[in-house]
Amino acid sequence: MPVNENVNADNGSAAEAQATETKQWKPRIVAFCCNWCSYAGADLAGSSRLSYPAEIKIIRVPCSCRVNPTFILKAFERGADGVIICGCHPGDCHYSTGNYYARRRMALLFSMLDYIGVERGRTRVEWVSAAEGARFSQVMNDFAKKISELGENVKVGDLRCRQ
Amino acid sequence: MQAVSKKVLDRARELMRDGTVSRVAGWKAGEFFYDCEPALFETEESLKDLVYNRFCAANLSKFLITNDIASVADRGRTLVLLKPCDTYSFNQLLTEHRLSRDNVYILGVGCEGMCDVDRIRALGIKGITGVDESEDGKKLTVRTLYGDGEIDVDGVLVNKCETCKGKAHKIFDELISDNEEEGPRGDRFECVRELESMAPAERFAFWQKELSKCIRCNACRNACPACSCRKCVFDNNASGIASKANTDSFEEKLFHIIRAFHVAGRCTDCGECSRVCPQGIPLHLFNRKYIKDINEFYGEFAAGEEAGQRGPLISFEAGDREPNSVSDKGGD
Amino acid sequence: MRRIGVFVCWCGSNIAATVDVAAVVADAKVQPGVVFAQDYQYMCSEAGQNIIKDAIKEHQLTGIVVCSCSPRMHEATFRKAAAAAGLNPYMVEIANVREHCSWIHKDKEAGTEKARVLMRAAVAKVMLNVPLKAGESRVVKRALVIGGGIAGIQTALDIADAGFQVDIVEKNATIGGRMAQLDKTFPTLDCSSCILTPKMVEAKASENIRLITYAEVEEVGGFVGDFKVKIRKKARFVKEDVCTGCGLCMAKCPSKKGLNEFNMGLNNRPAIYIPFAQAIPNVAVIDKTQCIKLNTGKCGLCEKVCTAKAIDYTMQDEFIEEEYGAIVMATGFRPIDASKFDEYSYSTCKDVVTSLELERIMNAAGPTGGVLLRPSDGKHPHSVVFVQCVGSRDVSGRGKPYCSKICCMYTAKHAMLIRDKYPDVDVHVFYIDVRTPGKNFDEFYRRAAEQYDVDYIKGQVGKVWEEDGHLVVRGVDLISNEQVILNADMVVLATAIEPDPTARKVANMLTASIDTNDFITEAHPKLRPVESPTAGIFLSGVCQGPKDIPETVSQAGAAASKVIGLLCKDKLTTNPCVARSDELLCNGCSCCEKVCPYGAISYDTHLINDHGVKETRRVALVNEALCQGCGACTVVCPSGAMDLKGFSNKQIMAEVEAICL
Repeated sequence: MPVNENVNADNGSAAEAQATETKQWKPRIVAFCCNWCSYAGADLAGSSRLSYPAEIKIIRVPCSCRVNPTFILKAFERGADGVIICGCHPGDCHYSTGNYYARRRMALLFSMLDYIGVERGRTRVEWVSAAEGARFSQVMNDFAKKISELGENVKVGDLRCRQ
Repeated sequence: MQAVSKKVLDRARELMRDGTVSRVAGWKAGEFFYDCEPALFETEESLKDLVYNRFCAANLSKFLITNDIASVADRGRTLVLLKPCDTYSFNQLLTEHRLSRDNVYILGVGCEGMCDVDRIRALGIKGITGVDESEDGKKLTVRTLYGDGEIDVDGVLVNKCETCKGKAHKIFDELISDNEEEGPRGDRFECVRELESMAPAERFAFWQKELSKCIRCNACRNACPACSCRKCVFDNNASGIASKANTDSFEEKLFHIIRAFHVAGRCTDCGECSRVCPQGIPLHLFNRKYIKDINEFYGEFAAGEEAGQRGPLISFEAGDREPNSVSDKGGD
Repeated sequence: MRRIGVFVCWCGSNIAATVDVAAVVADAKVQPGVVFAQDYQYMCSEAGQNIIKDAIKEHQLTGIVVCSCSPRMHEATFRKAAAAAGLNPYMVEIANVREHCSWIHKDKEAGTEKARVLMRAAVAKVMLNVPLKAGESRVVKRALVIGGGIAGIQTALDIADAGFQVDIVEKNATIGGRMAQLDKTFPTLDCSSCILTPKMVEAKASENIRLITYAEVEEVGGFVGDFKVKIRKKARFVKEDVCTGCGLCMAKCPSKKGLNEFNMGLNNRPAIYIPFAQAIPNVAVIDKTQCIKLNTGKCGLCEKVCTAKAIDYTMQDEFIEEEYGAIVMATGFRPIDASKFDEYSYSTCKDVVTSLELERIMNAAGPTGGVLLRPSDGKHPHSVVFVQCVGSRDVSGRGKPYCSKICCMYTAKHAMLIRDKYPDVDVHVFYIDVRTPGKNFDEFYRRAAEQYDVDYIKGQVGKVWEEDGHLVVRGVDLISNEQVILNADMVVLATAIEPDPTARKVANMLTASIDTNDFITEAHPKLRPVESPTAGIFLSGVCQGPKDIPETVSQAGAAASKVIGLLCKDKLTTNPCVARSDELLCNGCSCCEKVCPYGAISYDTHLINDHGVKETRRVALVNEALCQGCGACTVVCPSGAMDLKGFSNKQIMAEVEAICL
């Protein structure tokens, strides 16, 4: 017996279309990782074969303090659904103090992004050491899950449209 | 305010005459008496055009650096007239080494709040030819082509003056003011809280509506005393931000957000950005958001309170809050 | 005109199994600027490097992207290959398609797609790379060793032997460390002191070694080859160069209630004391918290009896500032606090001791003169129960998740020594596993179990309590699957070891990374085990991970050889990825100067020619020798005058764009 016999044809195709749509949307996630701790932590996650979604792409920076807010704004403007910044644990910065500055900067930027309508869950800072491969993977899985739950981001690029 | 005004003009003339200063940075009327704009007076004779009235809202601290007036020592000292809120900007510029204190003579001028001609017009008053102030400074007699009328000053104040930070000058060489002890008025963060209480989508819609009005005239940037860069990143192709060739570009879309971050921790909330915006975009809502967050996260900080401060974004505490714990207002 | 070459590595099947390398190559070929792309099984091999070199020459490449393993692995390799072919080594970018892609994504389609994106991002970045030239910095021909245990001593001796100056900073009043407290050493049972003290004497005698005891590192600045260190030499109240170590003061001191740290607090010592007979330097020290004179102003007996006139109650902490080319961390370990494990009644029963306490009890120079006596009443014990893995391999959060490595062997040693000296004593050992991977280790353990009749019980102890003047141990025998209840006169806990608590502070000062257990992280766990990822910082001994004496000594030697290798160089090439300020854009605001952790930014006021306009301006200057390239300055710079070479704003923006395409 054909399985869709009793299914209304219209409903069926609508559901199908919706399914394709949800299938099509894949979150775009940018991760900035400091060279000394988090990038090495990501390497360790890799060599330990601890997976996380392929939607996450890592950009290597020397220190979390190198991440200029404009990089994050650029990512959102280009359609990123989430941006995560990873650095050494506070107190363990390779450059002593870099992550402390990054922490303040990001706290303010995230609050501002929220203020313009980019939900707080779309931005995150995590401290991951070079030895925390498992944690790196866990953090990335958590973040990707959060972004999937939030769904597609507002189009930050349309913040100023030509009306 | 009219009494203060007269003393200010007299004193400026005196200081020029006795050689204390070589020029005066003040205001002069434009096409209309309420179009007061910053001006430089190089001769005693030219001082006849100097004005100080209810329409001199422009912050002259920025004027000093745009014209590099205060950086050239061999041209003698410059007298600058600073209202209380302008002194914060002056201090901030001193902190950032953009001014040389020795080249400037500051005459702190008392202020009872500046008036917005558009708000007077909004009361239905047309053909304005002049304004007279009552003795107590609370009423204005507006003279028009069609007769005189009396209005409350409070109802026509410039937006930034409605939430005045207080009438005390933070830096000066000499003071002409009779209300130094007056404290702040209104709650300048009320507007921020209102926005914070909205849902993320509402906030996005709000900003989309406001920012879409922007015509990128750069008036906000040009008036802003924290925008003190010799060359703005938006004018510098090497910055990775500017891209003049493409009008539908990153910088066009996120100009205000980037600008707000650039001045975060340095903005004195002088309110010039919103005041000069020809499209009426409430740009101060960005700056106040940062100021409010900074106060809440890292303790009260007023940029320009004194010269030589270390700003909150170039400082840290080992126990600072985590960015993820930043309070979520409606979001997440 | 950019001419970019893209090289995609299979890494055998490591990459090729989950990434379609051919598809990545095909995609690379259509990227703007890319004129050549090729894949190969092993790009890092000689043949692979030759492919790169040949392509650079043949196609006049101006930049290359290698899609391979992590840049932390082979960036240097490919830079060298590029340089050999005449390309500036900083025109190389690595797309990490192994650690960040093929190894973690099982789905080939997803893996290939991600590898493409990572390749595109690297191409976008390399399009904006500029040739960089590494500078040079000096090498101070002196090393600092932090910690004067066997690890530190051996490292210092080896460095000194090569002809370089070494300073040992030891926080205690004597060098010697933990090894000095041990009685015998496994598996040979030779006397610990007998093999350690000659090394201590040698360190003292070496003209290349300076011992700075009773001292701690206070501040560290600088970088590899040129560290600047401030050392606090704590006040001993005894002049080190005058004291003869006669010990008269110790005999006369009326304040005798101090806990003897060397004997793990099992007996007392006076306020003025020499830690142990073979201490180096053999000089007394006054415990200022205990000294009557220093606390009340009265007494002064030691000063009166000291014929050498060595006592100085007014002594203050001194600071030594010194420059070093290399720093070795040899901060060692301590046993964890056994009182966290209440079930063993360590804090309530005197006869429950830790292994290190037993070590002192068994030692001829210890509190009992080497006679096995129970601490509670000084009587001879007839039954001793050892409990292994106390706090080791413990994932409950109370203890340590790792194996402390040395406990199985020293427990076998203790059991054997007791049975050897006192055949009347019954010895039982509760264990989870007995781990004996070392030369002659398993033989040693079997001797204990078979020859000396030590009763090994596989299982854990649930509770120890006191009853009628003796201890009761309740455990489980996993082999017979029965509960075991034993009466014991003494219980010995093989407590886990942890890094010395000073390690974290020192590591932070050195900006050496540290793991979740506070062990110092190695630059590579297999290939660079004695180096920290922070250049110029080396690791010796247990600060890097649990190890026994032979392993410690070999690692100490390895660390020394790395230090010698560094100190032999006259110049080091510096990282060219440093900050650069565009003086035409600089506002002179000083924000960058304030956030620079290295003091690398200064200000200068000079004449600037800004497109024909000549002006005197205050502008930032970067000292490239001091800058370490963190980029903190770049983000606080409002005008964008400050940028970071190799990680420029435009480069990172290009990567972001490529990823978010």
